[in-house]
Formats: sequence, structure tokens, C-alpha cells
Amino acid sequence: MARYRPEGLQDAFAETDRTSAAQTETVPPADATAAPSEPLAPSAPVAVPAIGFVGWLRWAWRQLTSMRVALLLLMLLAVAAVPGAVLPQRAQDPAKVATYLSNHPTSGPWLDRLQMFNVYSSFWFSAIYLLLFVSLVGCILPRTKVHLGGVRGRPPRTPRRLDRFPAQGGGTSTEPPEQVATAAAAHLRRGWAWLPFVRTYRVDVHDEGAGTWSVSAERGYLRETGNLLFHLALVGLLVSIASGQMLHYRGQAIVVQGHGFANAVTEYDTFEQGTLFRASTLVPFTLSLDGLDSRFDSTTLEARDFTAHVTLTNPGARPEQKTIKVNHPLDAGGAHVYLQGNGYAPQIDVTDASGKLAFSGSVPFLPQDNVYTSKGVVKVPDVSGTQDQVGLVGFLLPTAQKLPIGAYRSIDPQPKDPLLVLSVWHGNLGLDTGVPQNVYELDEARMKQSVDASGQPVTLYLKPGQTVQLPDGLGAVTFHGLDRYAALDLRHDPTLGWVLVFAICALAGLAASLFAPRRRLFVRAVPGADGGPTVVTAAGLARGDDVGLQGELDRTLEAVLGQGPAAGPPPAAPPAAGRQTPQPAARPAPARAPRPVARPGARTAARRDGRPDAAPDARPRPGERT
Amino acid sequence: MSTGNLSTLLVWAAATAFTIALVAYAVDLARIADRAGRRSAVAAAGRAQVADDAAVADDRADVEAQDRVAVGAGVGASAAGAASGGARVAADVGARPGSPTTSAIAGSSAQAAAGRSAKAEGIARSTTYLGIALLLAGIVLRGVAAGRWPTANMYEFTLVGVFVATTALAIVQRRRVIAFLGVVVMAFAVLALVLALNKLYVQAEATQPALKSYWLVIHVGVAITATGIFTVGFAAAVLQVMRDARETGRSHLVTPWRSVDGLRRALTGWRITGRRFGWLDQVPTARDLEALSFRLNAVGFVLWTFTLIAGSIWAEHAWGRYWGWDPKEIGTFVAWVVYAAYLHARTTRGWTGRKAAYFVYVGYAVVLMNFTVINLVVTGKHSYSGI
Ligand code: HEM
Repeated sequence: MARYRPEGLQDAFAETDRTSAAQTETVPPADATAAPSEPLAPSAPVAVPAIGFVGWLRWAWRQLTSMRVALLLLMLLAVAAVPGAVLPQRAQDPAKVATYLSNHPTSGPWLDRLQMFNVYSSFWFSAIYLLLFVSLVGCILPRTKVHLGGVRGRPPRTPRRLDRFPAQGGGTSTEPPEQVATAAAAHLRRGWAWLPFVRTYRVDVHDEGAGTWSVSAERGYLRETGNLLFHLALVGLLVSIASGQMLHYRGQAIVVQGHGFANAVTEYDTFEQGTLFRASTLVPFTLSLDGLDSRFDSTTLEARDFTAHVTLTNPGARPEQKTIKVNHPLDAGGAHVYLQGNGYAPQIDVTDASGKLAFSGSVPFLPQDNVYTSKGVVKVPDVSGTQDQVGLVGFLLPTAQKLPIGAYRSIDPQPKDPLLVLSVWHGNLGLDTGVPQNVYELDEARMKQSVDASGQPVTLYLKPGQTVQLPDGLGAVTFHGLDRYAALDLRHDPTLGWVLVFAICALAGLAASLFAPRRRLFVRAVPGADGGPTVVTAAGLARGDDVGLQGELDRTLEAVLGQGPAAGPPPAAPPAAGRQTPQPAARPAPARAPRPVARPGARTAARRDGRPDAAPDARPRPGERT
Repeated sequence: MSTGNLSTLLVWAAATAFTIALVAYAVDLARIADRAGRRSAVAAAGRAQVADDAAVADDRADVEAQDRVAVGAGVGASAAGAASGGARVAADVGARPGSPTTSAIAGSSAQAAAGRSAKAEGIARSTTYLGIALLLAGIVLRGVAAGRWPTANMYEFTLVGVFVATTALAIVQRRRVIAFLGVVVMAFAVLALVLALNKLYVQAEATQPALKSYWLVIHVGVAITATGIFTVGFAAAVLQVMRDARETGRSHLVTPWRSVDGLRRALTGWRITGRRFGWLDQVPTARDLEALSFRLNAVGFVLWTFTLIAGSIWAEHAWGRYWGWDPKEIGTFVAWVVYAAYLHARTTRGWTGRKAAYFVYVGYAVVLMNFTVINLVVTGKHSYSGI
């Protein structure tokens, strides 16, 4: 086998490799580029009993690493990713999944059993991409090995027949064949105009005996390099992402203006970590919120800008003033700190029936809409004596407007005329039941709502600075003013850099593998019959679709023949002049003398030419195994 | 008039120019079809019976004859002697679908379709250029009016997408007009522009904080460019499959349909091998179209890969994670995998040619769904259409 290639890969290059390798080993076949022989067929089912267990394994491995299976797995992966866009996903939105389940009591549980709400961590999705990556490694590693071995390889010998190649050309020259061949080699060795010292082609000149000379040239190792780089980078990407899953942590904290928090697991409202993350590695910096600016569009009221001004104190360092904006996270202690949300925290005091201050603080209210109508709960457990615990539930309207029906609504997200609208509950807040509670919701199970004489729930309205008595003699509540708060999201993922590096490698490899042309050119010069002009034939082969191939062949011929092709097709091999193969344009320039060969490369070639052609080619070919 | 309104006016003007181009391409196509039809009618006149099957065979003979003519013309006088040999090689190559060929898409005027209308092509070309210029001006003014890069909502996305698609068309058609490609891309352009103006339009204004980033230019700009290029690649793949069916004489309207054969008979006039599709003989060969489609899709795929990576980087900045299986991310991922499968299909024995084109259909459908359905129907972090 001349070159590893996955089962089922269609590749003109690999196919000619095989035939030309065969050519050097045995008698040259009449048609060097004859239709490719069938791929090494996987053992037919009939032969299976004979191959045994190991044979089966080998067969399965070959199937798995074949192009067809890669294709199938890719399509499967695409299909398997779709349900996640259609059905709600637990990882993204558990509440939506719960709603879906209660709306679809029959189909829901079945879908759940099929892991349709955890598509991207489901066993079937994982199975597909893991198989795909096993297939990829099985396919790419042998190719990489062969390719690394082939980096110093030489182009294949010039095939016997050049008339079956997709790009063709020919002509006659008054120079002897050897000169034509050296001129062609010199032209192909030139390198790029913009990168003069890098060779485009690897070129070999062959003396084929009987006065016939030929040149074979190959370029485009970059294409295969790029392809391998791309596939290997995908593996690197997968490994990095998986490690990130294990090593990351993410925590959320709501920080009210004037307050701060320290980077410790207990300080977060929610904290989530990968299996390999150790909480002891958290860098104990502190972060406090000095202020928060927000801007909104004056007519549409849409958000335009949020900036959190914070003070960051790293352990053993002086406090630093920093800002956090959307799109501009702050780096602290190896983590990124994001501004995920913001809102208002009314400063509220509650005194109980005995006049003792039972609660004092800023309570974050969660915005519900784009005018920051915000919902919140004040829980007052520490009342004196046997008094009922108090819960205040309600809304903050940053700029309140009274509607004709008597209710209020907010008309502006900025706090131009804040109003606090509260209803009052009393009873047992249920804070000591041992069940963790949502701080933004009141557990009403053991609470009673205060009602007025007519049985209507009592609603309190407070403006900043106002104090209102609570009903049922529960005490009083004071609304001092508004603070801002920021919802901060901290994330640490040590593999981010790797993910980026592999992604860029993948992109670069992809571009190289798709756009770097891979070509082989062959030129043969045969002495003319009866001392006539030398007959030159040339052919080119490219991997994939290559518009530039014929042009390159034509330019080479033009450089070698100078005066353009002689009239009439050469006798030996009529150029198959399809419409894709225009002859090189006739040039008025006189026949050029062969160029003096001054390159060291040319000299090497000349030495190589000295070898008698009949001798079997002893040089190992890339990837050839004996 | 405000800059924003002027921009809208320019977009309307561009839509009008593209409509004229569409009509011109259609006229050109009709002429070519007419000419092809007449020619096969002349050929058919000699036959005693014009049975269905005979007509098919007839058309195919016609195809071959034209191929030969085209080959002779392409090679020119210098190789006239080898013309029949050339035709043989070309036929040979065509018969082995996997075999590599050079493609001649760039082509020369010698390959231009018989019966084409030079005048219509001239009008089509100049109105295409005019439309592109008007659209560009409209996009620029839109950006000026909003005070930012104009790729923040679906309206703007559509404008720029149409701009890229029509520019790609103009480049592909630079030397040789493929009337059908013009019709497809222009119809798409006009439809998209009118839909955008009527259904997706939002006032030009600044954006929400999450979109305030240079990634808006890079990520979204490249995504639009990729979409525009995929559009032309898709059109080429459609044409490829039609041409392939004609070349190989494959029409589902020839063999009986089990239960609804009446319908089939009513449609026989529209069989791909019939006279109505005579113009298909004038477009490049299926092999060349496949090559064209591949090149466009390869460029599109690299850009799409970039979009994916840039989107992840931006998401890491804006949302605090580079990947979160947001609906838009899923759509982009699925489209990416489908186009990756397409590239693999093209190198897998037995999956080239027509079958590979089907991958393009699927991939492009996913790209379109990702833009329309995901933006408008599904809610996710990408719901920035402003509608
Ligand atoms: C994660 C899964 C994979 C992805 C996303 C992927 C993507 C790609 C892409 C985008 C290309 C285009 C580059 C080109 O055409 O040169 C490519 C080429 C290629 N892939 Fe993959 N691939 C994957 C898995 C595999 C597997 C499993 C195999 C082996 C069985 C494979 C073998 C190849 C080969 C041989 C080529 C080069 C085709 C050629 O000669 O041009 N790939 N791949």
C-alpha cells in the first residue's frame, strides 16, 4: 500500500500513487492511470467464519474508520442535535422543561426517558460524537504518520501514458530532450514570485533511456498537512472542552451598592463546579460595588449601556478601581466576572409591634420588564416576643404613574419617582424548616395575608422617606431610598486558551486543506523521428477541483517551448485537446536557449539522472511498506 | 428627509433594479429555451412518430450534437483536427463521474449559450451592478443613521446578505452569463428585499448593550457573507442536478407513477429531458457546475467555521460562556456539520455528483431555517430581530 487512506476515500492522488508504485515494482501496466482497482474490499460476509474474533475486530475497526461511516456519523450528529433546538433543555431552562412536562403528561415522560430534555449529555448524542472521534483518530493517526514520512518524499515517476490526465498539453521544440527537461525542471523549481526562497514544486528529472527525458513535479504537501492539522485540532478541541467541564467553576452573586463579597464558595448565591475543581484553589479576592450607571434610549426605553464601578482587592494588593460592562468582563483571581444583570434594592426598615428595629437593609428586587417593574420580598423573622413573623411582598416602580383605575404602573426604567407597592403577610416564614428557600419568594403555606375591614387585601404605598404603619398592629415599615445592585457571574475555566488555540488551528488547517492546491505535473520530451524536432507532452493532475491546473501546465509549457506549440499534434501522443485544454498561446518570441542551470537543486537532479533508468527504484516511497 | 428614510428609499430602488435584472435574465433564459426548443422541434420533424420516449432520445441526441459544437468552438482553429477526439475525452470524463477534470467555469465568450440575447444580458448585467451600488449606499446610510455597524437586526442582516449574494453572482457572471443562475439569485434577492422592507423593517437606532462590540462587525458580517455565498453555491447545485438529469436522461416523468399517473401525464411537458428545458444544454456541464458549487461552498464553509469560532469568542465575552446550546448555536452547529458531511461526501466513493448536491440542499435549508425560524419562532439569546 503506497499511502494510507481510509476505506472508501476517493482520491485521484492516492489512486495514481498506487499504480505508479506498482509500476516501479513490476512491469509497467499499459495504462498507468487506468480506472482505479477496487478498494481493499472488506471481507465479504461469506468469509467471515474464517476470520475469527480478531478478524472481526479488524473488520469492525476498518468499517468504523471508513469514509462512509464518517459520513454517516456526521449526518447522524447533525440530526441528533436538532431536538435540542425544538424541545426545552434542562441545562438551559429547567422551568420550561417542567412546564412542558405538565402540559404533556403522556408524551412528556417518554421523551424524558429518551433524554430528550438533556440532549447534549444524553447517551445517544455522546455515543455518536464519541464514535465519530474514535473514527477520526483511527483515520487520521495513520495518515499523519504516513504524511510525516512523506514530507521528504519525492514526486512519483512520470507515468508511461500522459493522455489520460485531466490537464494536457504538448508541442515541439528544437532543443534536445535533455535541455527541454532541464528547462522544465528549472521553471518548476522557481518558487513563488513573492516568496522567492520557498520552492513551489519538488521536481525530479528522469532519463528514461533512448534519448527520452521526463520531469515529474509535485506540490501541495500543505494541503494534506492542513487537513491533518484540522482533524487533529478537532480532537484537541474536544479534549479541551471536556477538561474545561471538569476544571471549571461558576458562581453567581448579587452585590448591592456599597457592599462587597469575598471569593469563597459560601459567599455565592449559587455555585457550581466541575468534578476536578477544588474549592481551596479559589483566590480570596474581594469585590465591592461602588455604583452602577445605566442609560436607556429616551423614546424606546431600550437599554443602551450598563457600567458597574467596582473596587477589586486582590490578596496582598492595594484596592483597585475597575469597571465591568456587558461585553467587557473583569479578570479577577483567574476568573472572569460578568455583569449579568442589575436592578434596584430599596432600603427598607421594619420595626415590630414593640417598636424594636426588626429589619434594616437593602433588598434586591428583580426587574420583570423593560421599565424595571421589579418584584421582591422582605422577610422579617426576628420580631420580638410572640409576635407573628412578617413578610412583605410587592413591587417597586422606578417611575410610577397613576392609572385612572387607581392602580400604578412604571413608565421609565430610571428612578425618577419611585413607589413601593406592598402587601403584608404574617405567620411563620418557614425559615427554620431546614428546606432551602428562594429569597425572592414568600412561602405562603403558614402565612396569612392582612386584609382590611371589607376583607380586601391591604396594599401599602410608599415613597422614599415615608413610613407607614403595618396592619394588624404588626409594626411599621420605612422606605428610605433606592440602592442599585449588580448581578455578577463569575466563571473560571483554565482551558479557555487551549480551546481558542485549537479552534484557530482548525480554521487555519481547514483553509489550507481547502485552498492550497495539490498538483502533479509531468513533462516528457522524446527525440523527434528522423532528427525532427523534439516532441514534448505534458500532463497535470490535481486533488479535488482545481481551476488553475491547466493554466499552470500551459505556463510551464510556454516557458519551456517558448515559441509555442508546433502545428499539428505530436505523433507519439496526440494531445487530447478537449475544450478544457487550450494550447499554450503562440508567442512571437524566438526559441529560447535553454536556461543555464545554476541552482543547487538542479545539480542534484542531474546527478540522480545519471542512474540507469532500468534499475529498480530503490528509494523508499512515502508510506511504502515492504 | 432623514438619513434613515433615504436609506430605505435606496433599498427600494435597489429592489427595483434587481427586478429589472430578473426580468432581463428571464428574457435571456426564455430566448435560449426558445432557440433550444425550436432546434429540437426541427430535429423531431423528421420522425414519423413523436412518442414520449422517442422525444426523450431525440433531445439527448440534440444534447450530444451541441456538446460537440461547443467543444469545437472552444478549442478553436488550432485544434480543430482534434475536436472529435476532444469530444470523446469530454464524454469519457463525463461518463466517469468521479474522475477529475479541469473545470472551465471561468469560460470564454465562445462558450456562451446559443440563442442568448446579448441585449438582455447587457441590461441584466448593468442593472445588477446598479442594484448592488444602490443597495450598498442604502446599507451605508443605514449604518450612518443608526450610528453603528448595520448588522444588528434581521432587516439589516437581510440587506447585507442580499448584497453579498448579488455581488457573488456578479463575480461568477463576470465573463459568462449563466441566465438561470441570474434568475435564481435575482428572484431570491428581490423576494428577500421586499420581505425585509415589509416584514422585518425596524427603525434605525442604536443597539442593546450586548450587541455593542466589534464582534458585531466580525461575527455577523462574516456570517452574512457566508450565507450570501452559500446562496449562490446552492443555486449552482440546483442547476447541477437539473443539468445532470438532462445529461443522463433521467426524468421521473417518463416512468409511470403507480396511482397518480394522470398527473404525471399532465406534467410530461415539464420533464427535464423535454423541450421546455432545452436551455439546460446551454449551461455548463453538471461536472463543471458541481465544481463551481463546491468552490463556493468551500469558501462559505471556511467563513461559516470562522463565524462559529467568532460567535463563541463573543459569547464568552457577552454571556459568560463560549458555548451553551442556545437555539442559534444549535442551528449554526447543525449547518456546519451538514456542510462538513458535504465535503466528506465529495471525497467518498459513490457519494459525489448528484448525491453531494443533496447535501448542499440540506445544508442550505438549515442555514435558512437558522436565520428565519430560529430568529422569529424560537426564543433564545439571539432573538435580536427587533420584531
Ligand atoms: C468531527 C468529525 C469530522 C469533521 C467535523 C470533519 C471535517 C472535515 C472537513 C471540514 C474536511 C474538509 C477539508 C477538505 O476537504 O480537505 C474534511 C476532510 C477530510 N476528512 Fe474529515 N471530519 C471529521 C471526521 C473525519 C473522519 C472520522 C474521517 C475518517 C474516516 C475523516 C476523513 C477526512 C478526509 C480523508 C478528508 C480529506 C478529504 C480530501 O482528501 O480532500 N474526517 N473533514
